[in-house]
Amino acid sequence: MTAGDEASANAGAPVAPLIHASGLRKQFGDFVAVDGIDFDVQPGEAFGFLGPNGAGKSSTMRMIGCTSPTSGGTLQLFGLDPAKDGPAIRRRLGVVPQMDSLDNELTVEENLVIYGRYFDLSRAEARRRAKDLLDFVQLTDRATSRVEPLSGGMKRRVTIARSLINQPDLLLLDEPTTGLDPQARHILWDRLYRLKQQGVTLVLTTHYMDEAEQLCDRLVVMDAGKIVAQGSPRQLIDEHATREVLELRFRAGSNAENEQYAAGVGDRHEVLPDRILVYAHNGDEALAKAIANGAQPESALVRRSTLEDVFLRLTGRTLVE
Amino acid sequence: MSTPAPLRVFEWKLAVYRQVWKANLLTSLLQPILYLLAMGLGVGALVNKNGGSARLLGGVPYIAFVAPGLLATTAMMVGAIESLWPVHDAMKWGRQYEAMSATPLEPSDIVAAHVLWLMFRTGTAAAAVAAAMAFFPDVRSWGLIAAIPAAMLSGVALGMPLSAWAVSREREMSFPIIQRFIIVPLFLFGGAFFPLSQLPIGIRIIGYVSPLWHGVEMCRSWVSGTHMTALAALGHVAYLAVFVVVGAVIMRRLAKERLFA
Ligand SMILES: Nc1ncnc2c1ncn2[C@@H]1O[C@H](COP(=O)(O)OP(=O)(O)OP(=O)(O)O)[C@@H](O)[C@H]1O
Ligand SMILES: [Mg+2]
Repeated sequence: MTAGDEASANAGAPVAPLIHASGLRKQFGDFVAVDGIDFDVQPGEAFGFLGPNGAGKSSTMRMIGCTSPTSGGTLQLFGLDPAKDGPAIRRRLGVVPQMDSLDNELTVEENLVIYGRYFDLSRAEARRRAKDLLDFVQLTDRATSRVEPLSGGMKRRVTIARSLINQPDLLLLDEPTTGLDPQARHILWDRLYRLKQQGVTLVLTTHYMDEAEQLCDRLVVMDAGKIVAQGSPRQLIDEHATREVLELRFRAGSNAENEQYAAGVGDRHEVLPDRILVYAHNGDEALAKAIANGAQPESALVRRSTLEDVFLRLTGRTLVE
Repeated sequence: MSTPAPLRVFEWKLAVYRQVWKANLLTSLLQPILYLLAMGLGVGALVNKNGGSARLLGGVPYIAFVAPGLLATTAMMVGAIESLWPVHDAMKWGRQYEAMSATPLEPSDIVAAHVLWLMFRTGTAAAAVAAAMAFFPDVRSWGLIAAIPAAMLSGVALGMPLSAWAVSREREMSFPIIQRFIIVPLFLFGGAFFPLSQLPIGIRIIGYVSPLWHGVEMCRSWVSGTHMTALAALGHVAYLAVFVVVGAVIMRRLAKERLFA
C-alpha cells in the first residue's frame, strides 16, 4: 500500500494540501445540498465529515471523488481540477461508496480483479494484489465464494479491499460502518487505523461520534449543507462541551417537572425526550447538587463528553434519531 | 501494453456470462433446430403445396426462405433482451456502472463495452443458428458465414436505442410494454416469416423501418445466393449503423448525466 508522499504532515508546515476546497457548493435544481464549505486535507491525515442525514456529506464526497461536478467554489485534488482531470485524479483515489456496489454474481476475488482491470492493471498484477488485500481484510478464506451471501460487514470489507487495488494516495469512505454490528465495526476500524499508519490519507463521513473520535485527526461538523464547527475531536469537545456529562433519567414523561432540579447544577443542561443532560466539569459534583436540590432520578450516569454532545450543542438536535 | 478500456469493461460481462454460457449455448443450438423442424419442414410442407408460393418466396422452398430470417430474428431478440433489464440493472440495482464511474473509466468506455457485448452475444447466437442450419441441406451454404455479421448488426442496431432508454429509466415498468408493442411487431412484420409484399402498404412500413428487415434481407441474400447490388447492401449496412451510432451517442449522454449528477 502506498501513501501520500509525506506521511502525517504537521499543520502549518509548507506542504501542499491533498484536497483544497473553498466556497464549495452543490446544487440539485433549486435545492442547495452543499452550501459554500471550506476545508483543506493534508497528506497522511484522517479527516472526517460528521453530520446527520441530509447534511450534504455524500454530496461532498462525490464531488471529491470526481463523480459529481461542483456547482460553485473551488475544489482541487493533488493540485488538479476535477472538472478537467477527473480520470487522472480518480486513478489515484480509492472509493468506498455509501452503498456497496459489488457485483453479487461474481466471487470476492473476481470483484477485486475486475475492478483492478478498470485501473489497467495486468490480470496477474490484479490477482496478486487481490490476494494480498483479501489477506489484509481477513477474507482469504472467502476469496472464491460469491459476494451475494456474505454478511454486511464482510461486504464492506470486500469493498474496502477493492478500493485499495490501485494503491490509492487518498481513500474516500462514505459511512464505512453504518449498519454494522459492533464487532464488525471494530474490525473495520482496526483495518482503517492500519492504513492510516501506513500513511494513506483517509477522508470519511459518519453519523457516529465514536467513529469520528476513533479515526479522525481532524473533522468538520456539517449540518444542512454548511460547516458548523471544525477541529480535532478533542478541540471540539473542549470548545463546545464540558469535560463530563451527567445523564439523569426520570419516570417516563416527567422530564419537564424534574428540569428544575437539574438547572444550575452544572454549566448548562439539555432536556431530551428520554433524559436530561447536565454539562459539568465534574459530573459527580453536579449529581450531588441535583440530589441535594431534591431530584429523585431513576438512574444517573456520569460519562466523558463526546462529539455527540458537541453536535447537540451546535444544532440543538441529537445526531442519530 | 495496456488493454483498451472498453475491452477491460467487456471482461466484466464475460466473467458474469462464464457462469451460464454452457446452458446458454445448448439452448442457442437446440432452439433453432426445433424451430427449423417445425416452421421450415412442418409449415413449409403446407406453404410449398400452394402453386403461387414459390414465385412469391423468390423461387425457393419455404425453409430456405424462413431460415435466413431466423438468423436475424434471433440476433434481434438477443440484442433486445441484453439491452433492457441488464443495462437497467447495471445502472440502478447492481450499481456496476456506478462502481466503474469511480475509476478512471469514462461513460464512453462503458458504452463502447456495451456495443462490444451486444456484438458478442448477437454474434454467438447467430453463429449457433448458422450451425443449426448446417444440418438442413436446403439451407446449407457458405453464405451462412457472411450472414452472421449481418444478423449481428441488426441485433446491435435494435439493442443500442433500447439500451439508451434502459440506462435512463428509474423503473422497469416500460420494458414489458416495449417488448409487447415494439419488439414483437418488429419481429412479426420484419419480413422474416413472409414477404412484406403480402401486407397492405400501411403495415409494410413497419417492416421497412425496422432494423430487422434490413438484416433479414442481407441474410437471405447471402445464404440463398440471390443477387443484391453493392449499393443496396451498403444502404442496409448504413441504415443499421445509424441506429448503432445514434443509440450509442444518446446512451453515453444519458449515462453521463446519471452517473455524474
Ligand atoms: N441526485 C440528487 N438529486 C437531488 N437531490 C439530491 C441528490 N443527491 C442528494 N440530494 C439531496 O441533497 C441533500 C444532501 O444529501 P447527501 O446525500 O449529501 O446527505 P448525507 O449527509 O450524505 O446524508 P446521509 O447521512 O443520509 O447519507 C439531501 O437532502 C438529498 O435529498
Ligand atoms: Mg450520505
